[in-house]
Amino acid sequence: MKLRFAAAVAAAMMAAAPALADLTVPNLSYRTGPYGANGNQYADGFNDYFTLLNERDGGIGGQKILTPECETAYNTEKGVECYESTKGNNALVYNPFSTGITYQLIPKVAADGIPMVTPGYGRTSAKDGSVFQWVFNPPANYWDGASVIVKHLLDVNGGDLNGKTIALVYHNSAFGKEPIRTLEELSKKHGFTLSQIPVDPPGQEQKSQWLQIRREKPDYVILYGWGVMNQAAIQEAANIRYPMENLIGIWWAGGEVDVEPAGAAANGYKSATFNGVGMDYPFYGDLKTHVLDTGKASGGGAHVGKAMYSRGMYAALIIAEGIKKAQELAGTPEITAAQMRDGLEALEITEARMTELGLPGFGQPFQLSCQNHGGSGMGMIQQWDASAKQWKLITDFIQPDEDVLQPLIQADAQAFAAENSIQPRCN
Amino acid sequence: MEQLLYASEVLVNGLMAGVMYSLVALGFVLIFKASGVFNYAQGVLALFAALTLVGIQQGQVPFAHLINAITGSHISSFGWTVPSLLAILLTALVMVGLAILIEALVLKHLVGQEPIIMFMATIGLAYFLEGLGDIMWGADVKTLDVGLPQGISDTAEAWTAALTGYGFFIDRLDIWATVIAALLVAALVAFSQYTKQGRAMRAVADDHQAALSVGISLRFIWVMVWSIAGFVALVAGIMWGTKSGVQFSLSLIALKALPVLMLGGFTSIPGAIVGGLIIGVGEKLFEFYIGPMVGGATESWFAYVLALIFLVFRPQGLFGERIIERV
Amino acid sequence: MLYREAGDFKTSYRDDSQTFPLKLDRMGYWVTLAVAFGVIPFVITDYWANAVLVPFLIYAIAALGLNILVGFGGQVSLGTGGFMAVGAYATYKLTTTFPEISLLIHILLAGGITAAVGVFFGLPSLRIKGFYLAVATLAAQFFLVWLFNKVPWFYNYSASGQITAPERTFLGYVISGPATSAPAKYLVCLAFAVALAWVARNLTRGTAGRKWMAIRDMDIAAEIIGVNPLTAKMSAFAVSSFFIGVAGALLFSIYLGAAEASETFGINKSFLVLFMVIIGGLGSIFGSFAGAAFLVVLPVFLKNVLVGAFGWPTDLAAHVELMIVGALIVFFLIVEPHGLAQLWRLTKEKLRLWPFPH
Repeated sequence: MKLRFAAAVAAAMMAAAPALADLTVPNLSYRTGPYGANGNQYADGFNDYFTLLNERDGGIGGQKILTPECETAYNTEKGVECYESTKGNNALVYNPFSTGITYQLIPKVAADGIPMVTPGYGRTSAKDGSVFQWVFNPPANYWDGASVIVKHLLDVNGGDLNGKTIALVYHNSAFGKEPIRTLEELSKKHGFTLSQIPVDPPGQEQKSQWLQIRREKPDYVILYGWGVMNQAAIQEAANIRYPMENLIGIWWAGGEVDVEPAGAAANGYKSATFNGVGMDYPFYGDLKTHVLDTGKASGGGAHVGKAMYSRGMYAALIIAEGIKKAQELAGTPEITAAQMRDGLEALEITEARMTELGLPGFGQPFQLSCQNHGGSGMGMIQQWDASAKQWKLITDFIQPDEDVLQPLIQADAQAFAAENSIQPRCN
Repeated sequence: MEQLLYASEVLVNGLMAGVMYSLVALGFVLIFKASGVFNYAQGVLALFAALTLVGIQQGQVPFAHLINAITGSHISSFGWTVPSLLAILLTALVMVGLAILIEALVLKHLVGQEPIIMFMATIGLAYFLEGLGDIMWGADVKTLDVGLPQGISDTAEAWTAALTGYGFFIDRLDIWATVIAALLVAALVAFSQYTKQGRAMRAVADDHQAALSVGISLRFIWVMVWSIAGFVALVAGIMWGTKSGVQFSLSLIALKALPVLMLGGFTSIPGAIVGGLIIGVGEKLFEFYIGPMVGGATESWFAYVLALIFLVFRPQGLFGERIIERV
Repeated sequence: MLYREAGDFKTSYRDDSQTFPLKLDRMGYWVTLAVAFGVIPFVITDYWANAVLVPFLIYAIAALGLNILVGFGGQVSLGTGGFMAVGAYATYKLTTTFPEISLLIHILLAGGITAAVGVFFGLPSLRIKGFYLAVATLAAQFFLVWLFNKVPWFYNYSASGQITAPERTFLGYVISGPATSAPAKYLVCLAFAVALAWVARNLTRGTAGRKWMAIRDMDIAAEIIGVNPLTAKMSAFAVSSFFIGVAGALLFSIYLGAAEASETFGINKSFLVLFMVIIGGLGSIFGSFAGAAFLVVLPVFLKNVLVGAFGWPTDLAAHVELMIVGALIVFFLIVEPHGLAQLWRLTKEKLRLWPFPH
């Protein structure tokens, strides 16, 4: 009995290996657990983009892209299990879509020599490619997000935030704490007062936090939330009649799921975003013909065009462009993980290229290098229109404040390099 | 003066939050009282009830995702919507059905086991229901709207402003929750005092064996208690679901109810209410006064520490039955 | 027929009270150890180490620790996650402050620190009993996690509050950090697990264990026959927390390599270890290992079968997996409330009589 069980276990673990020879981009997704609603959309977008490439163009450079999915439930241990179970199958690049799992994997991918792309999340200082050889976080990171939001507030206030107060309501975790340092620097520079209000995850109950906001009446509230915390925060903000246009979320607090439970009360809520919104792009015509209408859409195509779906799709786009570049550099379509990294380091996405892909203006132009693994870091501000149930872009791409960010990133990367005795390269 | 006003605002809101905790704690108490089972699945029951309510209300096809995956079809909705009241009734029926199933498949086989084994069984049940709820209705965040009002109460604000010069924030949903909780407790008390089944339930709570020997069907009582707990879970699910959408995290409100139980005693319905109020007020005031000094987000643990301190002085909780131990 | 005690005579008390009275069991034990130390390290792959064996060994240590408290001492605790966090953060602080001292010593020290913390949070157990105590230990769980999240000193003021295990070596082999090989990880965890299991076995059958069991069975009666409840309960908390602290230290430094208090050591961890103890069997050393194996391997196995073999969508598979795990827990409790250890004992009883059961 025991033997048979062991044999069954072994067989099942072998069976997990997909067919070789194609290019494998594992999709560490989460469709269950507290953040499943966001993960669902993101994973669908990620899958569908590659399905489209496979169906329409026969893959990239003639190589089909496989995206074997592995459920992490946003849990770091399951994430490690997923990483270990997929890395053996010639995994080309990882996109774990969780800041916690990213931190786990940063040392591991460096040891295994597999690049990791974390668009808009993960460790901010990974932007410094001289220390973080294998990690890429284009086109923007959390600190960029914070800076973009403050820039937007500067624009709204005619360039002056002196004497204003800004409250940061944040998810009390690695993710939520990321922007604090940046915002502290920015508050020194622009003369606004920053008050920090942590919310322990999951965060359904935020009454005291919002009573505090009602009392202190900060001019603006920046929301670094995730999952149910966003829905509760937006609802409570509406409850205390906090002006919605003064509540600005990071991009992970900018999905439909975050605003819809509050209904009409969420109208006017703003959030940052680093990709376009809606389906008003020629790309979706192709997606419809090749993926949606043929019934190949991941998850039945229920989420196409939603904010998190678009973001997953954009992550896939960055990876796909990286693969293409790597194939060019390597001179062969069958690239390895190391060649993939070289491809990512030489990656350049221009406006013309985005138009060519049928997504004009959907993503910002950026260029990566050995030194710069993070791109240009621009973001836009979107606003929720509750009656139309749509996000609307209200700004163009905003450049973050590199003068403030760059030293911070360097300091953090240097500290990491010292702790782990890494010799910075790229000189 | 201003500080005092703020503090009283926090106090009032703490009381309201306490009511929301009590709603969850009530379900625990009912089941513990009648069967000595510490039902960890109460939170998941609330999630399951809320999911079912939204599903019925919006005419979702249950197991749509599973059916689609197996047959390759693309169904998702029946295309109708059910009025809120009818949907609540139907959900209550589903919860009764669930209670019957739980009794027949789980509890019946575990009669007379140690409390910790029963506790584990309810954890297994929680896992199962969590998976079942997701597979039946999907993992998306769902908006729950049964017509309960939300947002600041203008009347309360105007009144307090007129009285004290500072308009208090009171959430209309909280006012409703208080009213509903009061009605619920009144109904429960009336039921257990004045009906035959209610008396049988109290008899079982007092002594299983004696109750059995006077001809009370234990199985019926258990089904009944679990149905009532399911209904209480539904009410809690509606309240919390209206607040922040129906989603997985709803099941975690059970963690908010545990300190309430400790404080009030596992066996006392008034204990659940009073415990909830003390916890609600305590944690809000602590966060208000001490929170900023230690960096905030104290609510995750303060309730437990408060309850722990209470327990050191009264090990059976405020209203719990006194534990008499004999060798 | 093969498995029997006839002819296996004992001539001393020492022989009679040994852990494995049957020769076949003894051989099985030595063979298992020989395979674990002598064969597996040479064939182990990254996947098997990181997805199955290393977590299994670490959780087995944690389950052993909790079993001492719950199964032998009768004190239900839901603070395991918090105590594991103490072990992890203590190791982190120690090894970054004193990098020249071996990590293995730091892990043991971290266990000691956790024991002290455990005793402190165990104090209410002198007044509070049963489920009240279980819920009271949650205070430790939530408070400790909050503390590690809030006080920057614990995570050396890093920007995100994550702690990362630096590279450390033992006898020239890397045992911590990203460059650790699969056999090294496995062997460190195995050595700790075997040594601690040996300690646990000998503690529980000695004076200390008998005192714990007396308290478990009825504390008032135990007090009357001269067991000091204070020392008995506190020693149970101390030993249990030591094990759990070591498990937490290993989880962070050897297995994960990076951790964040609220994510890695949340309330779910406490429940998970408690499940292992109950499913494995309360008051059984073997049960702790069996329970850990069951709950580590089962989800991986189900996932691989449902997704890998049947090709189901991962979300469906994850939901079904939850349902199966839940149903299996209930099923096991109905069939055998005393856990896998009891099933194993019954199997052995049957084997002794086989093939002539009458």
